[in-house]
Amino acid sequence: MDFSIIFNEYQFYLDGLWTTVWLVALSLLLGLLIAIPAGIFRSSNNWLIKGPIWTYMYFFRGSPLLVQLFIIYYGSAQFDSLRESWLWDYFQEAWFCALLAFTLNTGAYTAEIVRGVISTMPKGELEAAKAYGMSAWQILKRITLPNALRRALPAYSNEIIFMIHGSAIAGVVTIVDITGAARVVNARYYAPFEAYLAAGILYMCLTFSVIFIFRKWEQRYLQY
Amino acid sequence: MLELQNYQGILLEGAWLTVQVALLSLLLAILLGLFGALAKLSHSAILRGCATLYTTVIRGIPDLILMLLIFFGGQVLVNDLSFRLNEWLNEMLSRFDPAHEWSSFLPDYIDISPYFAGIVTIGFIFGAYMAETFRGAILSVEKGQIEAATAYGMSKYKIFTRVMFPQMMRHALPGIGNNWLVLLKTTALVSIIGLQDMVKIAGDASGSTQKPFTFYLLVALIFLFFTSVSSIFVRWTERKYSIVTR
Repeated sequence: MDFSIIFNEYQFYLDGLWTTVWLVALSLLLGLLIAIPAGIFRSSNNWLIKGPIWTYMYFFRGSPLLVQLFIIYYGSAQFDSLRESWLWDYFQEAWFCALLAFTLNTGAYTAEIVRGVISTMPKGELEAAKAYGMSAWQILKRITLPNALRRALPAYSNEIIFMIHGSAIAGVVTIVDITGAARVVNARYYAPFEAYLAAGILYMCLTFSVIFIFRKWEQRYLQY
Repeated sequence: MLELQNYQGILLEGAWLTVQVALLSLLLAILLGLFGALAKLSHSAILRGCATLYTTVIRGIPDLILMLLIFFGGQVLVNDLSFRLNEWLNEMLSRFDPAHEWSSFLPDYIDISPYFAGIVTIGFIFGAYMAETFRGAILSVEKGQIEAATAYGMSKYKIFTRVMFPQMMRHALPGIGNNWLVLLKTTALVSIIGLQDMVKIAGDASGSTQKPFTFYLLVALIFLFFTSVSSIFVRWTERKYSIVTR
């Protein structure tokens, strides 16, 4: 057991940590942008709107993230028209494929959270607010958002942790995130135990910081 | 489509392997989960501490890292251990018998099979989640039931098998169902440690046919089929065993 390797290569791990953080943060942000409209229109009565959204959510929630990443990263090379277009500049980059796969995946899971929150919104509260003469903005700010956030935040913090853990597969498609860094260090020194343990500890720190921040946030926001 | 026909058989074999790995890991996870939950609720502070450490560490580390750690790290650890044991045994023997010649009692190189490592890792990970599920389920069994069983003079083991287990399973079913759906999708990771599951086979097939999209999409659809069948089954069991409320 020789942990000096890790201390010698710490710069590598720090770069990996940064890659993981921005990759996950950006996917979560973009995923949220997909999830909010998708979650809202999922309950639409029009099948032309509901159908595609249902299919999207069903596919991305029902199959493994690894396979989704492979479909985008390896699968995109199958289409000559794509290879000849300007899009290929992006699709041949591993980071773009990972970002796309992660975004679509978290978008689907988050849409389910949004849908759940909307479909269980207590109608009486909204009616009461309306009876009080609140404007639509006031209702959104005072009633809908606090109520929705209260129920969505715990589920969403789980989704963030799921994404941090899920992002570890980026290391498989040549991206040097935390897992990628560990793989390179292992290949260089043949020290799998030290290399992966260090990666595990980094992920653990990341996960628990997120849990800690969310707990504080929930305490402050949702105390009533 | 022609390419698919050549790979149909082997892809199905891979799908069967995926199911095997998933079911065996589920079994291990349920066992570990039960022990974990009992440890979490026990009176012993050491047991509680161990169980809390287990569930906390698992929830903090990604499944892929744990798998690589157990597969590659475990390999090194086992070989190291075997080497040292050999050294030690030889040394002890030569102390009593100066004419003793060095021999390896344990194999120099022990191969951890990816099949074994995959099942152990996935089982180990989901055992932690199952422990949380079972803990909640055990807590939701009425205390009076246990007291009544104790009053009847049942042993601890009997109380668990006759009173606690049948009642807690009802509460645990939805959680087990959810964990199973996540577990099923996690099995795709075993392809990374070299197991010939359907993801790995699709990778090999797309290499030789130049049709990666077709093969990986097919694998995704097979996974979708598995998860859909599972969620129908999960819903059916939940309805069947749900607590009838009047």
